[in-house]
Amino acid sequence: MDDPYQTLGLSRDASADDIRNAYRKLAKKHHPDLNPGDKKAEERFKTISAANEILSDPVKRGKFDRGEIDATGQERAQQPRYRDYADSEAGGRYSSTSRPGEWNPEDLSDIFGSMFGQGRPFDQNAPIRGQDLHYTLTIEFLDAINGATRRLTLPEGGVLDVKIPPGTNEGQVLRLRNQGGPGRNGAPNGDALIELHVEPHPFFVRDGQDIRLELPVTVSEAVLGGPVEVPTPKGPVRMRIPPHSDTGTELRLRERGVPAHGSRPAGALYAKLRVVIGPTDAAFEEFLRSWQPEHPNDPRRALKETP
Amino acid sequence: MISIELLVSQVEGLERDELERWIAHEWVRPDGPPEHFSFHQIDVARVRLIRELRYEMDVNEAAVPIILSLLDQLYELRRQIREAGALIKK
Repeated sequence: MDDPYQTLGLSRDASADDIRNAYRKLAKKHHPDLNPGDKKAEERFKTISAANEILSDPVKRGKFDRGEIDATGQERAQQPRYRDYADSEAGGRYSSTSRPGEWNPEDLSDIFGSMFGQGRPFDQNAPIRGQDLHYTLTIEFLDAINGATRRLTLPEGGVLDVKIPPGTNEGQVLRLRNQGGPGRNGAPNGDALIELHVEPHPFFVRDGQDIRLELPVTVSEAVLGGPVEVPTPKGPVRMRIPPHSDTGTELRLRERGVPAHGSRPAGALYAKLRVVIGPTDAAFEEFLRSWQPEHPNDPRRALKETP
Repeated sequence: MISIELLVSQVEGLERDELERWIAHEWVRPDGPPEHFSFHQIDVARVRLIRELRYEMDVNEAAVPIILSLLDQLYELRRQIREAGALIKK
């Protein structure tokens, strides 16, 4: 048995008030009837009570301090505790509900609902909503931009027609109501949740609501300007290249990007020009040899000026 | 089952007046009419618990019904969970 001073966390010169306060504090914490789920509380409380028994009595305390009795002192005959009854059938006598011993279905669905994540009633015949089922579907870039309907073959053998809305983003999840697992006892089915993955496009790149494209042009198209055909997600359109354009010149086609969807207005298509010289011939070479530029240009000037 | 006289004599330091007040507050609920109260074992244990709350833990009288009410709910819940556990095992 432990030293009673140690048990109550007191020094040898503790006053009677110190002892009373220390005991009350520990008794409130460890009283077995207040800790029905804790098997060790009984033992701890016994030790605390025994320590208090000795130290709270000046005669016994004196005997202990002089070594005349040991820390066990005398234990009182153990009475059955309240928890021994309250934790059994007999406890129904002080039931907190109006009909002791009977199930309160509301309580139960509260308790089990919180255990299993949703308000699931504790009843075999109760309606239970079906499970949500998760799938992934890889779609083409242009289907994501313009919207489409695609058929998803399910692992279980069925098919789902998935309506892909215009302006779908990578990783977006579509919820198909009532297309998931079957509900029980007349409850609705779960939902099918479809995570969409968008394949990259060979030349279109999405940038929010806008689409970017690198547009190859000839030397004469860049210098002299003129109409060219530009692919857009909705098909090719004619665009006029202004004279004196160059590689890197960016042209904007309004409302040719991602179409308007929801509250978002249509985006633009940005075509960045890239001058391609391509195969040359003798006449072109002859022209370049004889050409005396009016404004000689050094395209590498920036490289020289930057240290 | 025991009478109020026997209970008072069994529980050290218990005053009859005080016990009758606890019964009036319904902290303890014996069977029978006031002239012939009859206490179950659980009632005796509950009287001991209330005494320990009041005099060993220094809980004041106003706090006792709060503690009893919470304990009653706690034990009720424990009995229900045990019963539910038995139902699930079936």
